[in-house]
Amino acid sequence: MALLAVGLLTAIGFATVYIALHAQLSGGSLGYAAFFFCLYLAAHLVARRTVPLADPYLLPLAALLSAIGLTEIYRLGPGSAFRQGLWIVIGVAAFAAALVWLHADYRILERYKYVFGLSAILLLFLPLAPGIGESINGSRLWIHFGPLQFQPGELGKIALIVFLAAYLREKREVLAQGRLKDWGPLLLIWGGAMLVLLVTDDLGSALLYYGIFLAMLYVATARISFVAAALGLFLAGSYAVTQATPHVRERIQNWLSPWSAHKVYCPLSGTHTYRQDCQSYQLVQSLYSLGHGGFGGTGLGHGIFTSTAGQQVIPDLNTDFIYSALAQELGLIGAAALLLLYMAFVLRGFRIALAASDGFSKLLAAGLSFGFAFQTFVIVGGITRVIPLTGITLPFVSYGGSSILANFLLVAGLLLISHRANRSEAGA
Amino acid sequence: MNRQLRHLSVLALVLLAVLIVSTTYWQTWAVGDLADRQDNAISLVQRLTVDRGTILAADGTVLATSRAERRHGLTIFTRRYPQRGLAAQVVGYATDAGTTTGLEQSLDDYLTGANTNLSGTLQRTLDTLGGQTVHGDNVILTLRPAVQALALRELAGRCGAVVALDAKTGAIYAMASSPTYDPNLIEEPNGYAKILRIKGTCGDASALVNNATAGLYTPGSTFKLVTASAALDSGRFTPSSTFYDPGYCIEYGRPIYNASAPDSPGGHETFGEVTLAEGLEHSINSVFCNVGKAIGAGAILDYAKRYGFYSLPPVDLPPSASQASGLYRYAHGRYQLWWPSDPATQVDPGRLAFGQERMQVTPLQMALVAATIAHGGLEPKPYLVQRIVAPDGSTVSSTRPQTLGRVIKAQTARELNQMMQLVVEGGTGTAAQIPGVAVAGKTGTAETNVPNVYNAWFVCFAPANDPRYVVAVVVEKQPNGFGGSVSAPIAKAILEQLLRR
Repeated sequence: MALLAVGLLTAIGFATVYIALHAQLSGGSLGYAAFFFCLYLAAHLVARRTVPLADPYLLPLAALLSAIGLTEIYRLGPGSAFRQGLWIVIGVAAFAAALVWLHADYRILERYKYVFGLSAILLLFLPLAPGIGESINGSRLWIHFGPLQFQPGELGKIALIVFLAAYLREKREVLAQGRLKDWGPLLLIWGGAMLVLLVTDDLGSALLYYGIFLAMLYVATARISFVAAALGLFLAGSYAVTQATPHVRERIQNWLSPWSAHKVYCPLSGTHTYRQDCQSYQLVQSLYSLGHGGFGGTGLGHGIFTSTAGQQVIPDLNTDFIYSALAQELGLIGAAALLLLYMAFVLRGFRIALAASDGFSKLLAAGLSFGFAFQTFVIVGGITRVIPLTGITLPFVSYGGSSILANFLLVAGLLLISHRANRSEAGA
Repeated sequence: MNRQLRHLSVLALVLLAVLIVSTTYWQTWAVGDLADRQDNAISLVQRLTVDRGTILAADGTVLATSRAERRHGLTIFTRRYPQRGLAAQVVGYATDAGTTTGLEQSLDDYLTGANTNLSGTLQRTLDTLGGQTVHGDNVILTLRPAVQALALRELAGRCGAVVALDAKTGAIYAMASSPTYDPNLIEEPNGYAKILRIKGTCGDASALVNNATAGLYTPGSTFKLVTASAALDSGRFTPSSTFYDPGYCIEYGRPIYNASAPDSPGGHETFGEVTLAEGLEHSINSVFCNVGKAIGAGAILDYAKRYGFYSLPPVDLPPSASQASGLYRYAHGRYQLWWPSDPATQVDPGRLAFGQERMQVTPLQMALVAATIAHGGLEPKPYLVQRIVAPDGSTVSSTRPQTLGRVIKAQTARELNQMMQLVVEGGTGTAAQIPGVAVAGKTGTAETNVPNVYNAWFVCFAPANDPRYVVAVVVEKQPNGFGGSVSAPIAKAILEQLLRR
């Protein structure tokens, strides 16, 4: 059974890190593995009871990805790993709750599409609210619940996909005809989301939301011209944004030429220095991390992430940059294997979309699957300099509660759709 | 909708495939470029976690070693130079930030364990994977600390250099450059600035420069060995060829005088009827001026080239630590090595013949000229690294003596050896006499741009009948200091030290 293999891999991973860090094996590291094996077993049993006909690969894939992430987070800082572990428990609980609540018919969600649309915007606005909002790295993306930090934008993503799926299913014919009136709510919701994102400076999510929007629009209307028009709109918009905000212009510059031959103005210190020592420092050191890993990697626990002065070389290593940590320790072999896992997950997701019988299910599965793939592309593409770097989490692997929670809900959604599709096929 | 779904799934997979390609680029093709970048904080840490190999002198004296230190949970290694300035310019230094000079630079791959045989590579890979410290290879040099220390003592802070090497094998026993510096200062606050402020007695020397390999000096009369090589090898002259010396030589219609005579102020030495051998013995400029005119500048330069001028001596130092000997001319804002396209019209053969013109040489190159004569006309290949030893004690590489080929006929070498013995027996180099040992030598007193201030040279080897040791000495900017009076005694002291063993 796939879950057993995942459990074994997790145990080996934790044992490796533990041996590397403490030069001995202890029950504690294996305890982690055993606990998570039990947790996923429970999740599996809930899934068997509620959605027995659902795709059997998605949950083990999610378990494996989160185990890889947890292992690396543990290697980078055992304290964060404990909190991440807690969030995985919460995520699995939410996953189980969603299955129990919606396994009869998840399509009731369609009725609440405007609730989802509004809550998507509300969730995005939340960090701007005084008192609970908090600014980290110049972007207001976080809110506080007591000791826990939370990035509501991640859940907003799921809400937006549900809204788009419901709305596009209803209006796809009329939209294809191009009636302006029907575009209203869609443009409004989307425009609002974009505005909030630009205000909060969260470029990564803006890119992600726009990508999901375009993809779902194409699936619903089959009009490539819409996509082209929207893409043109995006390019024009981003050009305007580039001109308007130095924050964005900087990111484009860092992407095109992270190494400057001459000293340039450094807004962080107010002095003149090389770009690689200032704005693009994080990106450049992350590339060095990849390069240091090379083909085979340094091995778990043997990567270099700390300078001789005791500082972490790459800021945000366990969230946005966990990929460069993994790529250093596991090498190209490990990084490619990780990306193949994402490919497998996305393939299963699209199979579910293809098998689904109704428009809402198809659109929802497509949105969730493409969103998952595109989020991976935005962050890893940013780290490997395919596109400008924007801070966003790597699904299931990055440290971050909201990301874990949102992605477990995403899996729950896909399993619900899959179960229904296979049931109607079996029944027919 | 299924058609669109298929398109979209292909797009999603393509996007993820692009990530595999881009990751492959950074983790394979770009690895070398990334590792070499100055601002690479990871390489920096990695370099410091390698136990850099020890550099030892021939007798096991530690010249450079690594000291382990725990810093923020990492074991890092920093460099120490227990012998301080003893061989600073040869050994060079390796800083925490990764800058290297001297042998620390040229042997970096061995010292960091990056360059090794298959089993060593395997061991190192296992060490890396196991989180063990990577140990670099240890290097054993040919340098003898006692000789090196004596050379520095004799130079006594004056600007200059001493090179001592084995006449048969080319093993370098001493390579001293003065003024010297303490490489341990490099990592200290303002240490580098302190080193830059070090001045020898000549005033403008940089202690960081290895004068033995990168210091360019006018060779003066030591270059007569090269002229004599060309003359004797040509068959047109023998040691007993006769010349008439009126005290000067006429070139381009004007007289060029011999060195001033000690007993007649304002006058010049005049020898009358002499042989070529006597010309070398007493270092008579007019004799060599006439030889130069007879054989031409081209022939002299050809022999200089055969001796290794116009290329960097093949010693184990990095190219940046060496200079090629040869004619230099001022062009494009700096002095540049110059090989004249038509020596007959571009170079003054008379002045070239006794080592003035625009000839510039390094002490190592002049030592190699003497070594070639000592070695019967075959030039020994100089070397500093005797052996490289892996951390487990096995030998990674061991230097076998080689020759760089035949430069002059054996007969010519024999004749020059005899002539150089005359220099020490009764000529300009009597200060180098050692009781019971035949010493062969040649003085040089090169003019500088200040009147009566000279660069004092002495090149020699002993025992002359079966040469074992070659020594070249240069002391810069000596007021009224001649090769025979300033440098010959230094060379003698070093030969005695070497012969005592």
